[in-house]
Amino acid sequence: MRIHEYQARSLLTQAGVPVPASEVVTTIDDAASAYRKIGGQVVIKAQVFAGGRGKAGFVKLCNSENEVKAAAQFMLTNRMVSKQSGPDGIPVKKLLIASAVDIESEYYVGMVIDRSRNVPVMMVSREGGVEIEEVAARNPRAIVKEWLHPHLGLQPFQVAKLIKSLGFTDKTQMRDARIALLGIADIFLKYDCSLAEINPLVRTPDGRVMAIDAKMTFDDNALFRHKDIAAMFDPTEENPLEIRAKQHDLSYIALNGNIGCLVNGAGLAMSTMDIIKLHGGEPANFLDVGGSVTPENAVEAFRIILTDPKVKGILVNIFGGIAKCDVIAEALITAAKQIGFKVPVVVRLEGTNVEKARQMLKEADIKQLVTATELTDAAQKVCAAV
Amino acid sequence: MSILVDRNTKVICQGITGSAGAFHTAQCLAYGTKMVGGVTPGKGGQKSEHGLPIFDTVHEAVAATGANATLIFVPPTFAADAAMEASDAGIRLVVLITEGIPTLDMVKARKFLDDRGTKLIGPNCPGIISPGQCKIGIMPGYIHKPKSNGERAVGIISRSGTLTYEAVWQCTTRGIAQTTCVGIGGDPVKGLNFIELLQLFQDDPETEAVIMIGEIGGTDEENAARFIKDHVTKPVTAFIAGRTAPPGKRMGHAGAIISGGTGDAASKIAALKEAGIAVADSPASIGETLAKCLKR
Repeated sequence: MRIHEYQARSLLTQAGVPVPASEVVTTIDDAASAYRKIGGQVVIKAQVFAGGRGKAGFVKLCNSENEVKAAAQFMLTNRMVSKQSGPDGIPVKKLLIASAVDIESEYYVGMVIDRSRNVPVMMVSREGGVEIEEVAARNPRAIVKEWLHPHLGLQPFQVAKLIKSLGFTDKTQMRDARIALLGIADIFLKYDCSLAEINPLVRTPDGRVMAIDAKMTFDDNALFRHKDIAAMFDPTEENPLEIRAKQHDLSYIALNGNIGCLVNGAGLAMSTMDIIKLHGGEPANFLDVGGSVTPENAVEAFRIILTDPKVKGILVNIFGGIAKCDVIAEALITAAKQIGFKVPVVVRLEGTNVEKARQMLKEADIKQLVTATELTDAAQKVCAAV
Repeated sequence: MSILVDRNTKVICQGITGSAGAFHTAQCLAYGTKMVGGVTPGKGGQKSEHGLPIFDTVHEAVAATGANATLIFVPPTFAADAAMEASDAGIRLVVLITEGIPTLDMVKARKFLDDRGTKLIGPNCPGIISPGQCKIGIMPGYIHKPKSNGERAVGIISRSGTLTYEAVWQCTTRGIAQTTCVGIGGDPVKGLNFIELLQLFQDDPETEAVIMIGEIGGTDEENAARFIKDHVTKPVTAFIAGRTAPPGKRMGHAGAIISGGTGDAASKIAALKEAGIAVADSPASIGETLAKCLKR
């Protein structure tokens, strides 16, 4: 789960990391009164997840109350359209108004799980203010890493090494940088983050060290023990079908093609998308019904797929293991009765209870249903049908 | 021969009285696995529906049955603890089926198990099977083919569940047997990975070739490719799922996400091909690609 910048800033503040004065507002009037409190030069940032805000005009420097009002008016009444937002854009509901600070140097501080070492790793760089991936590709030596002990966490000597690598020498600045590093580590470990970063951490000409922007994502599997984080969930930019699928224990991701897929298992579901593409088709979605799927949830899966108007055909690919073929067959029969199939449905079943399932489908004699013998046959049939 | 598990492996099930634990214990028993007991705290002293003894703790179960492997179906909140308990009780191989365990729980558990020399398979995986000998997991047994005299056999390592069944079935229907198939799981932090298992298959005289099934996310496949180039002389066939997956989206598995410009299928496939590994283009041609490798 991801959270907005203003939410990440509040977690940093709780951890004692200095951030510029800021307010979160939802109306133009509140934006104006926030400016009156903060004063001077401020930066207004639309609180959306999609990138490309700056180019789209949704990050603005303002020097007066009137400028703030104009910027707030623009951001709250227009949808933000960027490369990442898609052509329809995203409505903006919240704005962050923060005191703008002069910047002398920018740094990066972040923590992720290092999957090859099975531990969290803290990464810092003197090349802050740009995407860390860009630094990693261009100049990997500019990123300094310390791996955490899985039981003991980040040790003081590691923090000292990292601070040194960032080039801080002034005592007060070293202390503030240390607070920022420890803050990120504390937040990461306390709240089960999958990513926590400050980018940039800055040094101002008058020698202050503070966090200007922060990004945090959280391990969905651990949200059960962080009710406060879970409460920050903002569904605005989520696909409503993806949320609906989750409520039915289905894993669904909308894509741009016209062939709907219903598969059991994540790996097989990805491969099913791949084989559709290989035979000249375009998948409309990723959908993993999971191992312990019920007939009700499988019927819901068909409903979700068919809600997408782009879908011109469906490929059902089941290799029964824990999920049983007859459960899927039953769902197919129910879906045909309740929803009705207006597009061809190619079905490939193998594995647990496959004979029983084939018999059920044969007896049900569903129009639009095409049976396939194996994966290639299924992919060819569905690609030919749309 | 097989790796890690064989007809002598003695297995307990942690969570034997839950619906998944009970069902799959029955399936494993039916396959011929030496299931010797189960653990459910508070139900010690009772018998399971299969007639197996139930214990309150893994320590008691090991002391009474001599179990050396465990199959875990404990819910995600308690699963990492269950794995550590098994390790502390001297279990040598932990097969963790549970899906949805917090990553940081696995970070801690992995270290605990490593320190005690316990091998871990999973989490979020189908388990391990040495066909005809021992099945510790949730895979359908009948799709696998045990090796008989004179037949060729392969080892299979996979991050996926059902996609593994697909590959197994393609081998079986071609008359190619399997020594051992291991589903290593789809989570970012897990136990045995491609490299350790490639080494075991390399050292197993009956395994003639290896199929490895990877997917988007992380760099395990790239690391495996380098290892194969330097240390594996047997033919390896690979398939990578997720060529069409969009960046930034978690494709079902917690670990299957293209992020920060790494983990996409193209770079994995390139690394594997660069190491001389035959990569199947289609999930339907894994068996065929392997058969060609075996002929060479």
